[in-house]
Amino acid sequence: MIKVYLDHQSSTPVLPQVYEAMLPWFSEYYGNASALHEQGLRARAALNQSRKQFSEAIHSPDPESILFTSCGTEANNLAVKGTAYALQHKGKHIILSTAEHPSVENSVAFLERQGFTATRVSVNSEGFINPEDIRAAITPETILIATHYANHDIGTIQPVAQIGEIAREHKIQFFVDAAFSAGWLPINVQEMNASLLSLSPHRFYGPKGVGVLYKNRKARLSSIIHGGIQENNFRSGTENIPAIVGGGLAMELAENERETRVSRLRVLQEKLWKGLSEQISYICLNGPVPGENRHPANLNVSTEFIEGEGQLLLCNAAGIAVASGSSCVSKNLKSSLTLTVIGLDITLAQGNIIFTLGKDNTFEEIDYVVSSFAKIVERLRQMSPMWEAFQKGNISSVIPGNPK
Amino acid sequence: MRFFHTENIMAEEYNPYNPIVMDHFLNPRNMGDLEDADGIGEVGAAACGDIMKISLKISDDGKISDARFKTFGCGSAIASSSMATELVKGKTIEEALKVTNKNVVDALGGLPPVKIHCSVLAEEAIKAALDDYIKRHPEKAALVAANNHKA
Ligand code: FES
Repeated sequence: MIKVYLDHQSSTPVLPQVYEAMLPWFSEYYGNASALHEQGLRARAALNQSRKQFSEAIHSPDPESILFTSCGTEANNLAVKGTAYALQHKGKHIILSTAEHPSVENSVAFLERQGFTATRVSVNSEGFINPEDIRAAITPETILIATHYANHDIGTIQPVAQIGEIAREHKIQFFVDAAFSAGWLPINVQEMNASLLSLSPHRFYGPKGVGVLYKNRKARLSSIIHGGIQENNFRSGTENIPAIVGGGLAMELAENERETRVSRLRVLQEKLWKGLSEQISYICLNGPVPGENRHPANLNVSTEFIEGEGQLLLCNAAGIAVASGSSCVSKNLKSSLTLTVIGLDITLAQGNIIFTLGKDNTFEEIDYVVSSFAKIVERLRQMSPMWEAFQKGNISSVIPGNPK
Repeated sequence: MRFFHTENIMAEEYNPYNPIVMDHFLNPRNMGDLEDADGIGEVGAAACGDIMKISLKISDDGKISDARFKTFGCGSAIASSSMATELVKGKTIEEALKVTNKNVVDALGGLPPVKIHCSVLAEEAIKAALDDYIKRHPEKAALVAANNHKA
């Protein structure tokens, strides 16, 4: 049976070279990087090698600025809470956007319950943050500006360098959540003026179990996990050496192959959207049109008059792995936050499907996905009382411009 | 000593629902409309915004001779409506009014806790269709008088 994986935003396969590179670090070289014997020193060398790989990929001024955590979510928690705790004597105000990943949004919400305050600047209908809105939200109390580089749901690429410039002018710590961007989009922490920036290697063909936080030398940060003095005392806990080794190599490979991977993805992305929009009526694209303002892997669509979980399950039955931001898919029965804050009609949010391409998807796979998806939509519409009401003229399409 | 072998978690197929639910989702029974339905119920779920419509054909002796559904909703909602139509077919109005969401869930072999509300929608849609029938046929109200249903 055909299997097409189009959920690379949630995770990617570990590259064979990366897997190979990790192997010796399980049973052969198993030392604790804090130990002073040969095994320990070897582990420490591996850590430093990986720090260099990440450091070079994101143009960090020095490898010491790379901190390892257990995952991207932990890196985001450390950036947000760590800044808040370190700088609370200066002020308690945080600026973020309404479309942040839950690891940022919920960290800020947690701090608000502890007496911090936050301003969430709105994004527009394509998910863009206006840097001037950030400037306008700054108060003398502001200690952190936190935004994402590319949106995890709709792929919007934010003007991070402009936001970083504003943060620099006001001497405010600036955190960039690059968990969905690293490995795909070019990252230069110096040009972005980023004080902190997070990465997630399992999203670019590295292993799970490691996250990375870049911390500029000048950035102030409190540890949120206490114990030994690993990671310069910013993150206690024995380092996951196999994952760190694998992540570093995955980062280096992603950077070396980035242009080849991305130019291919752009072609696949356009082909997928062209196919879907030609084969399916009443379907809309959420987020910017494919191009330089959109993450090359992401295609987020809504098909009208049907619900997303059913589409996802039928895709799965056809061997196609996708995601959905529909309320029926989420455990709290709420549509994805991003779809809500861009103002998408609630029934369109329910008909949501997120395709995220990977470097190994093929043209044949895209053709298969387009033809299968068209059948799936047709099948669910036959079952839908809303489609029937629409056909009878009792309700109208809510897609702006009412495309064919 | 027993080990948890990798093969144990390498099933042929993975689905979020049990095989009965998957079967009713993939091969829904009684999907569609009834040309000359005697009762139609359409309800919406407050929880997630979904819609379910059930149409019933009721014979003179007060038995449900046919049922159809249309659903805008998740896999469990589709499976629940499919199962609900199966459950009420052949039943009298009185019997059908007693069909609960729990009966639907049990017949489906269980639903995940977060999906129970989808089966509630199925119960409500059946009740709404029966209410509609009784409104259209007030003379049949006596048939269900014994039932303390709030028609
Ligand atoms: S219909 Fe929305 S969760 Fe089942």
